[in-house]
Amino acid sequence: MSEASPQALRAEALEAILIERGLLTSAKVDDIVQRYNERVGPMNGARIVARAWTDPQFKLQLLDDATSAIGPYEFDGGQVDKLVVVENTQAVHNVVVCTLCSCYPWALLGLPPTWYKDPAYRSRIVREPRSVLAEFGLELPKAKSVQVWDSSAEVRYLVLPQQPEGSAGLSQDELAELVTRNAMIGVETLPAVSG
Amino acid sequence: MDGIHDLGGKRGFGPVQIDDCLPDNRAGFSEPWEAKVFAILRALPEAGALQNSDQFRHAVERIVPSAYLTHGYYGRWLGGLETLLAEAGVVSIAQIDERSGNTESAAQPKAVPVRVPASTRRSGPQSDVVQSPRFALGQTIRTLRHASAGHTRLPSYARGCCGVVTALHDAWALPDTNAMGLGEQPCHLYTVTFASTELWGPLAEPNMSLNLDLFEPYLTACEPGADHE
Repeated sequence: MSEASPQALRAEALEAILIERGLLTSAKVDDIVQRYNERVGPMNGARIVARAWTDPQFKLQLLDDATSAIGPYEFDGGQVDKLVVVENTQAVHNVVVCTLCSCYPWALLGLPPTWYKDPAYRSRIVREPRSVLAEFGLELPKAKSVQVWDSSAEVRYLVLPQQPEGSAGLSQDELAELVTRNAMIGVETLPAVSG
Repeated sequence: MDGIHDLGGKRGFGPVQIDDCLPDNRAGFSEPWEAKVFAILRALPEAGALQNSDQFRHAVERIVPSAYLTHGYYGRWLGGLETLLAEAGVVSIAQIDERSGNTESAAQPKAVPVRVPASTRRSGPQSDVVQSPRFALGQTIRTLRHASAGHTRLPSYARGCCGVVTALHDAWALPDTNAMGLGEQPCHLYTVTFASTELWGPLAEPNMSLNLDLFEPYLTACEPGADHE
């Protein structure tokens, strides 16, 4: 173990003070760890995407009113009072950011990756998205329109990636395995399935 | 607030550091203290130190600017938590200093803090706003040149710019007042789409649009083709 950071020392001290005062319990901390490390994560968003690829009626509903479409799933995790799903196509590529803090659809993607919350991504993706996406290995043709979604209110955005080539005929569960967190943020596309 | 948090379009941060501690299809906490910070945030309402998420966002914006850039996401949250607990008189910065043996707090709590009353409703869209939306789908609007001095969700890079209303999202609590103890004042929320050249000038990346969710008080009517050239 490396030496504890100032933030770690202060967080642990504050936790101890609040537990002494009866404002927090160790059980609540453990519950947070378990929920967000195990139950809340991109596998939830991946289920939605895989279903949209295989169920045209659901896809229509998802693109029209995603909040209602995902309601029956009762995903844990929060941050989806209002969800909008934006579809990647041959003509349009979508990518999501929150420049003012780090808003993110927790219930569908879990807690955000570090780069999503860092100044480099937040400052640059709204100004030079093609350059930033190239750093993720995604070179977009000039003819493809880029739509950047800056989550400045309580609406949360999820990208519906294009279905990978060669994946027709797979089951929803098999398709969900192909869907990555980064593709649902919009910083990558999904590679063709071989074989 | 024209603070360090308002990062859209700023230069100089270099390449995105894509490496993650966690495998791609996982999410979660990298270190145990991060989960503690998350859990402490959940405890703040009961401690009487937090009434709504706008107030929390504003507390994070008010931490020491250099700490905002260097303490990481949960470090920023910690600075916001320390701010709110100190301002509510629940736990002082000095008490955390003493207990932790560390004096590097990111918080700079106000001596005379804003008091935010307890929220009267749940988060989410508010259907009881009776006035109709002022702007319609397809209408061209211009954003305010100057935003609220306290909390706001109109980023600096999109102020004084013309865009087109592309979606309506019902009415929501206005962050500018909700964060500052001035009430929820629910108002209509719009997605506004801006051309890259409107925001970044003639050298902007081509074939790119930017979409922001903006509250009605941030917008004014703008005739298409009017004075903005």
